[in-house]
Amino acid sequence: MGWFVGLAIWAWLAWACLGNASPLAAQTRPPADYANVQLRDPAQEAQAAALMATLRCLVCQGQSIADSDADMAGDMRALVRRRVAAGESAEEVRDWLIARYGDYVTYDPPVSAVTLPLWLTPLVLLAIGLWIARASFRRRRGHE
Amino acid sequence: MRRWLLWLPLAVFALVVVFAVRELRAPSDRTVYSAMVGKTVPEFRLEPIVKGKPGLGVADLKSGQPRLLNVFASWCVPCIAEAPQLMKLKAIGVPIDAVAIRDTGPAIAQFLARYGDPYQRIGDDRDSRVQLSLGSSGVPETFVIDGRGVVVKQHVGDIREDDVAALAQAWREAR
Amino acid sequence: MTAEAGLIALWLAAALAAMQFALAGLAIRRGDDAIAAAVRPVAIVQGGLALLAMAALIRVFLASDMSVALVVANSHSAKPWMYKFAGAWGNHEGSMLLWVTILGLAGAAVALLERRVAERTLTATLGAQAFIALGFYAFLLFASNPFARLASPPADGQGLNPLLQDPGLAFHPPTLYAGYVGLSVAFSFAVGALVTRDVGPAFARAMRPWVLAAWVFLTIGITAGSYWAYYELGWGGWWFWDPVENASLMPWLAATALLHSVSVLATRDGLRAWTVMLAVVAFSMSMLGTFLVRSGILTSVHAFAVDPERGTFILVLLALYIGGALALFATRIGLVRAGNTFELVSREGSLVANNLLLSVILGVVLIGTFYPIVAAAMGTQLSVGPPFFEKAAGPIFLVLVAIMAAGPLLRWRRDEAQALVQRMTWPIAAAAFAAAGLVALAGWIGLLPLLALALAAGLAVASVAPLFGRNLRRTPLFVWGMVVAHLGIAVSLAGMAASSAFTKETLVAKGVGEPAGVGPYRITLRGIRPVIGDNWTALEARLEVVRGDAAATLLAPQSRFFSNPPTTTSESAILTAFDGQLYTVLGQPDGTGRWQLRLWWKPWVTLIWFGGALIALGGLLSILGHWLRDRRQKRRLEEAWT
Repeated sequence: MGWFVGLAIWAWLAWACLGNASPLAAQTRPPADYANVQLRDPAQEAQAAALMATLRCLVCQGQSIADSDADMAGDMRALVRRRVAAGESAEEVRDWLIARYGDYVTYDPPVSAVTLPLWLTPLVLLAIGLWIARASFRRRRGHE
Repeated sequence: MRRWLLWLPLAVFALVVVFAVRELRAPSDRTVYSAMVGKTVPEFRLEPIVKGKPGLGVADLKSGQPRLLNVFASWCVPCIAEAPQLMKLKAIGVPIDAVAIRDTGPAIAQFLARYGDPYQRIGDDRDSRVQLSLGSSGVPETFVIDGRGVVVKQHVGDIREDDVAALAQAWREAR
Repeated sequence: MTAEAGLIALWLAAALAAMQFALAGLAIRRGDDAIAAAVRPVAIVQGGLALLAMAALIRVFLASDMSVALVVANSHSAKPWMYKFAGAWGNHEGSMLLWVTILGLAGAAVALLERRVAERTLTATLGAQAFIALGFYAFLLFASNPFARLASPPADGQGLNPLLQDPGLAFHPPTLYAGYVGLSVAFSFAVGALVTRDVGPAFARAMRPWVLAAWVFLTIGITAGSYWAYYELGWGGWWFWDPVENASLMPWLAATALLHSVSVLATRDGLRAWTVMLAVVAFSMSMLGTFLVRSGILTSVHAFAVDPERGTFILVLLALYIGGALALFATRIGLVRAGNTFELVSREGSLVANNLLLSVILGVVLIGTFYPIVAAAMGTQLSVGPPFFEKAAGPIFLVLVAIMAAGPLLRWRRDEAQALVQRMTWPIAAAAFAAAGLVALAGWIGLLPLLALALAAGLAVASVAPLFGRNLRRTPLFVWGMVVAHLGIAVSLAGMAASSAFTKETLVAKGVGEPAGVGPYRITLRGIRPVIGDNWTALEARLEVVRGDAAATLLAPQSRFFSNPPTTTSESAILTAFDGQLYTVLGQPDGTGRWQLRLWWKPWVTLIWFGGALIALGGLLSILGHWLRDRRQKRRLEEAWT
């Protein structure tokens, strides 16, 4: 039983940390401000867009930089696109921002001592739930 | 079902209430601080923005002398409020450099003419590149940087009267 | 005078609520039927008085009476009629008054209509309902009086947040509140049943219409709120896992679990303790939602009317009601006889699994929403957002969808796994076919979207399968309700997955006459012109939109400027086609004579809200179906007696 729980936790964390990490080749210099202009390469743009949706705008009330009208969010989008265009992976750009703003900047909390209980929540709740639900399925015995 | 299990929902609920009360009584600090304090300022080079005042690069911050780096903009209202305090710091001999965020030369020139000019250099950070690389999340912010280019202190928001002493102290200690 | 009349009505309503609570308590303690008989009429009059107070507030807003502080702070005489009307509840005080009004009306409806549960349980229920109302009356009268006058009235008001100046406002909060209040009735029934220890099928049948109605309102509220955010915020997102959105999702999840467990209790007399627990949890989530929105302890895009002091008041009420109910649960539920137990492979079994998974999702959303506060207490700042919720709740939701497909095809009491597999042939084939077709046509679109679309196809077939081989005209309405609601989930899920997998985005700066393309559309900027509205001015783009050989359509997204208070908003312009929406937004000029345009092609995105409407419709059919059946049974009983 123990190994099974261990496996489940491992699988869960692997799922949780799953990111797309395929650094793409650098392109030509960007022609314009990337705040509201997409990257030419659709694969790079998709990578940048996916990352932008998970980065928290620093001056807004709980919006990602992909959904914000704030100037600073625009500058952060430009930064993400510029770095992705220069060949950095989404993961590297994210780490660069975390090094400057801490975990606050990402909506995808990195697994750490503080966030481990959070990431384990689904498994723990499932286990508790199964244990409680067991009572509903026990066959009736002879006594009341 | 076991007896203690029946009390579990109440216990969980109590925990939620405890956290909610804590947060209501002493709201946790929502300020986003830079994680760059204690680290070296990353490489950058910014063009000058007004005539007669040089731009700013990392080399200028590694001059051996500690200095303040003010992140500001002419369109920012609290920046007007902190201008007198910056002039005070300049008066006691603190060297101050600045990066101007998303700004234009004429607007900066007008701002300096009206509210005073405490700056030795101003870099033109038109797309917040340097601001972001410093982990600054708004204007105004002020960083104390030692002679080797290491960030020793970050002040978020406008500098008030009673912040001047602390900033001057941090600058002195960085020597 | 209207304001004073409203205030007097409010005080009277509060006094009656106190009386209702005292009478109910006395009646239960003494077992006195004469006292109990007085509880119903008091509840009815209390509801009427609350409605009177609300009507007075609306009248004050419509008349733009600038001597009332609330009108000054939230209205403006130049505002369109509609927003004056809706402005009455577009603020803290007014929305709380709306809350108690709906609460009072619901109590009156219970008093008028409910005849199934034992009279003693009903008296206890109305007592609990009065106790809840009393807290909110106290809150209104002592901490947020909506009728307060100003000593020196200003010439005009300060206006309403432009984001709230939308037809959505007229509709959205009342719907959500009706849902919350419906759950408060379920809560009161649960408390009443705990007091009298009378938990059984009759209690479940009495509670069911309230749970279903609450669930229908919450479904409509969430669906409408999501569409509102979608077109109002201007970036094409329809769900952000924002604390305030989660606050409305959590009661919905609890209510969904509750309505399924109620049906097990009503049909098979099982899940007694669990159903009572869920009724308490569902209302807790509504109160918690109200608290989250009001207190501002979590940052949100949708935050409005935030005030920590009032947050404290709501928290005290929350602790009192929910803490009290949970303590009552812990001490009393042991005295309720255990219900029936089940076979694993049976309809009941699948409903238990449904409850388990819904509760886990609820727990994940709850903990994810609160975790930033917990982390802050540990000295770490962090953000929990869409990536967490998608990873943590997404897979569980997909398992739930699979169970949802199988559940209605299982027999009550006992079934064979093999027989189920046989009945699932068509759904499984549909899922496999959808998956293969998608990979063949669109290539690899990612595991989660592919799974979601395949499951949606399977669920769509499975949800109508209970109708196969039935005489459709003799099929009870509540079976239709289940079919339609489950189909709605499939439709909505398909919309979510398709729009997330296939959305096309174009961000460009274009001058007049320059074409751009997104998805199947070619879009040309034909001009920019100023527009003047009731209380705003705007720049409006004229976009000529062409798809294939069809004639051109004109879209006119605006960048709007409101003067009271000064704010700029983007008004998106949306073109709805049968297979999706074209979403256009006008951005800033780029300084070289061109304009930023944000264009999205969102295939099948409309299915999300269409599915939501189906879910709500299913709930309605179910309410109607159960009501018809109860009536028919009653008539049959009467005939048997005569």
